[in-house]
Amino acid sequence: MIRVAVVRFPGSNCDQDALRAAQGAGTDAYYVWHRDTTLQGADAVILPGGFAYGDYLRAGAIARFSPVMAAVWDHAEQGGPVLGICNGFQVLCEAGLLPGALMRNAGLAFVSRPVRVRVEATDTPFTSAYPPGAIFEAPVAHGEGRYVAPADDLRVLEEEGRIVFRYLDNPNGSVRDIAGVTNAARNVVGLMPHPERVADPVLASADGALVFRSLVQSVAFSRGGER
Amino acid sequence: MPRATLLDPQGQAVEHALQALGFERVSGVRVGRALTLQLERADAGRAQADARAMCERLLANPVTEDFTLTVRAAP
Repeated sequence: MIRVAVVRFPGSNCDQDALRAAQGAGTDAYYVWHRDTTLQGADAVILPGGFAYGDYLRAGAIARFSPVMAAVWDHAEQGGPVLGICNGFQVLCEAGLLPGALMRNAGLAFVSRPVRVRVEATDTPFTSAYPPGAIFEAPVAHGEGRYVAPADDLRVLEEEGRIVFRYLDNPNGSVRDIAGVTNAARNVVGLMPHPERVADPVLASADGALVFRSLVQSVAFSRGGER
Repeated sequence: MPRATLLDPQGQAVEHALQALGFERVSGVRVGRALTLQLERADAGRAQADARAMCERLLANPVTEDFTLTVRAAP
């Protein structure tokens, strides 16, 4: 079974949803605490949403210095899949695992509503099960979700097809409607919408479940490749 | 301070509020943050270098913020 570590920081609040969504896709998902120094043999890592360390200084700025982040960094460097959702995306940007940063929403208000996103890249471990160009709806819930990046980084992201999700109805003023990006190696993905909140038929939609099913498929595929 | 090229919605909101109060010809409002801290170092140069490193590595985000630094001897 695929092992998925869900990292809990003080202030994480989407950890249970992320755990359930990963389990629903058929993984052995479990929590690791921010003070842990190992991921306990994880195949993949999820940094969930919430307000790690109260968003003090900047969202994600303190969380990136948690002991567990050294293990997450090593896992990512070795090509292991890492998914950051909402606050997890902010942590990955602060940690330098993803380019850019997330700033205060253009409209200043905290935005909490469903948005439609288009899957722009299906060659990542978290989107491979989506048909190219798939559109799905997932909630956003954030005050600091406006993606920004230096012009050179944006150019590279576009050229290399690393903008993974784009908003159809941009809720926060993100540059180029960016809702999620990946790193150059394409194993680290961050996004502001919450696929884990629409990952079970008992919820309004199960469209987000494909993020976690993609992970299962791609880990199984890479294991097959090693044999 | 948010980079000059980036939208600063907080600054805009404050600017509108100042105008609503009747302060005319106010523009370019930007909202940043100020941090103060005490540092024990042998000399001002050492303090300046360490404070700069703190800004670069944690206190400011180089993607979104510019910073200025002032080092003063404690009274």
